[in-house]
Amino acid sequence: MLSRVADSCFWLSRYLERAETNSRILDVNIQIALDFEENNDAKVRQQWMPILSTAKEQELFRQIHGEVTSEAIMDFVTFEKTNANSILSSMTLARENARTVREQISSEMWEQINRLYLYLQSPAARTAFRESPIGFFRLLVDNLHSFQGITDATMTHGEGWQFIQAGKYIERADSTSRVLDFKYHLLLPSGEQVGGNVDITQWMAVLRSCSAMEAYFKISHGHVTSWQVAEFLILHDTFPRSIRFCVDALDQALHSISGVDRGHFSNEAERLSGALRSNLAFTTVDSIFRFGLHQYLDQSQERLNEISNALAETYFRWT
Amino acid sequence: MAQGFFDRYESEGFFDEMFDGEGKVRPHYQRILERFTEMDAQTFERKRALAEKAYLNQGITFTIYSGDEGTERIMPFDLVPRIIPPDEWNLLERGLEQRLRALNLFLHDIYHDQRIIREGIIPLEIIRTAKHYRPELIGVDVPHDIYIHVCGTDLIRGADGGYLVLEDNGRCPSGVSYLLENRQAMKRVFPHLFSRYPVRPVDRYPQELLAALRYVAPHGNPDPTVVVLTPGIYNSAYFEHSFLARSMGIEIVTNQDLIVKDDFVYMKTTKGLEKVDVIYRRVDDDFLDPTVFRKDSMLGVPGIVNAYRKGNVNLANALGTGVADDKVTYYYVPAMIRFYLGEEPILPNVDTFLSAVESDRKYILENLENLVIKAANESGGYGMMIGPKATREEIEKFRAAIIADPRGYIAQPVINLSRSPCYCDGTFEGRHIDLRPYILMGEKTTIIPGGLTRVAMRKGSLVVNSSQGGGTKDTWVLDEGGQPC
Repeated sequence: MLSRVADSCFWLSRYLERAETNSRILDVNIQIALDFEENNDAKVRQQWMPILSTAKEQELFRQIHGEVTSEAIMDFVTFEKTNANSILSSMTLARENARTVREQISSEMWEQINRLYLYLQSPAARTAFRESPIGFFRLLVDNLHSFQGITDATMTHGEGWQFIQAGKYIERADSTSRVLDFKYHLLLPSGEQVGGNVDITQWMAVLRSCSAMEAYFKISHGHVTSWQVAEFLILHDTFPRSIRFCVDALDQALHSISGVDRGHFSNEAERLSGALRSNLAFTTVDSIFRFGLHQYLDQSQERLNEISNALAETYFRWT
Repeated sequence: MAQGFFDRYESEGFFDEMFDGEGKVRPHYQRILERFTEMDAQTFERKRALAEKAYLNQGITFTIYSGDEGTERIMPFDLVPRIIPPDEWNLLERGLEQRLRALNLFLHDIYHDQRIIREGIIPLEIIRTAKHYRPELIGVDVPHDIYIHVCGTDLIRGADGGYLVLEDNGRCPSGVSYLLENRQAMKRVFPHLFSRYPVRPVDRYPQELLAALRYVAPHGNPDPTVVVLTPGIYNSAYFEHSFLARSMGIEIVTNQDLIVKDDFVYMKTTKGLEKVDVIYRRVDDDFLDPTVFRKDSMLGVPGIVNAYRKGNVNLANALGTGVADDKVTYYYVPAMIRFYLGEEPILPNVDTFLSAVESDRKYILENLENLVIKAANESGGYGMMIGPKATREEIEKFRAAIIADPRGYIAQPVINLSRSPCYCDGTFEGRHIDLRPYILMGEKTTIIPGGLTRVAMRKGSLVVNSSQGGGTKDTWVLDEGGQPC
């Protein structure tokens, strides 16, 4: 497979996953906002600003909107073209990548991406977004899920598909760690206790944004505690959005691409993913909390980044 | 109400594809007329919207550049098919085959012995000054002496309905994907029409193209690696490049995917370098190799021309075919047919005057307002002037240009292209059309039945190019014994 094609498969998949993550986070945040009606400016800021994860994004947001309102943030994260991480930007990049590999992916996959992109650009999307943001984000997530189904059902599960899997899982692992970290930055209002109502609602929102609530309650017997949620989202071995599951699937994809068995590595990307995978398999939530949850998530993101770079170095770069 | 659809239709003195001079429907359009008059405007509009939506969702678009942002447009598609009866098509087929045979012999001759110059048929000066002539390729042999593997020849019909060759596109003719997609769209929108007409299928084109490309592999390699080379996704024809690669099941590459080592061409893959044997390139000569042609090309592959000259890779179409595209060379094609084949041309040229010839130039300059003037090396409807429609300034501009560069222009009488009914704002009106058949030359010559019918969508316009607001129609060639059933 052409290196450029592999590169585009990998990135189109990452961008779609990124668009999905943003849709989920916005959806959940709206729901939290609805739970806590008394909205003063400080509260709004407190709840919505953490969505903008980097200082650069926050700066850009201030230049465009000035005032922090939930609508402004949602608009910025959804439709703002100059925000490289907005849903629209991610969809545009996903489509650009898909366009360059149209002959490698199935027509059905391309049409799904193209339709969704055209919809996001249309006035109909703005109207739906205004009328029911929750419905709007659900629709996006549904369509992105359809893409996953179409991909599995219509594309040969060969090398290109494996690069799509690698892109999806590396982005998803990263996204789950960011959602957890997002909660870490979400300060509790004064007077609220860790383990109190607001805290629990926030942790439940984190679960919901990962579509993990139902799966979580099956094993937690109704208790919501920070360490249990973190354990579930980081270390669960079969839940498809846990970091461990994603890294395992990433590692699997990498080995399918090289054809080397999983006990060994044949390049730097495989070595790094193998190391991260075994760390996740053999660590405990206690040791994560002792190390510091935020530090642990930060480090995981760093390691995912290294894997992504090593993958590019191995397969995409020719000089 | 339904009847009204064609009631007010007027041929206005032009040759009309569907109706004869007395306003009677031609027999091969009878069934179409019946089907369309059964429909009301809403139904027709719904069908039109359905076709349009399919094109948009599939991303069958081309890019128009204006300002800093390219916009993707769909090519306007008209739902009234253009129908060619079998006897007409047989004539076209023989004429096109003959013409391509002569052009290939001409290109081989020009890059080898130059007999046609030595024997005084074409002046040396004309060849030497042709913009796309490549002296770098003199003496270079290409597999099976085939230069133009894919030819798109533009045909028109004049006032009497006779077919004429307007130009030969022997470099990178585009548009074939529209031909194939138009057929798909018609089948989706009017499935029942196809059971009433014996329409010859077109969908084998990609396989025929691949067979032609495989046939010309270097050293007779029986299992060559064939790729499509595209300038990239921002090229206006990218959809077509990708469509063809997909339908042939081969890789589409950009220059960045290719690398030349020791005069062989390789593509960069996740498993290392893989040798490439045949490149169906949709990049013009000028941009192909910055070490040989334009130094500023960002689309080229350094060293590819040397690999080609050594016979280690083949390019389709060959380098240097543009000399046959030149509109001054066009003038000599009938002479080529007589010279190389000893045959009379089956399809005539449009009468052409060369401003490089003194007597012709005098005539041209005296009759600018009645003639069509074309720059010898422009395409896409650029660099031309239609005298009767031109302003005084335009005429004077072209006059000055011709005097300054007589070699650079030709003139032709205005041909009133044939018209076909097209759906325009709720009714049918006549619009001028042409026809671009695609001819493949490999082990045998294959012509896909029909071609791309292009439509000048603007009322009264004679310019059919997509860059100038042209649209397309599905083109039906009827099978032998082809009375509609």
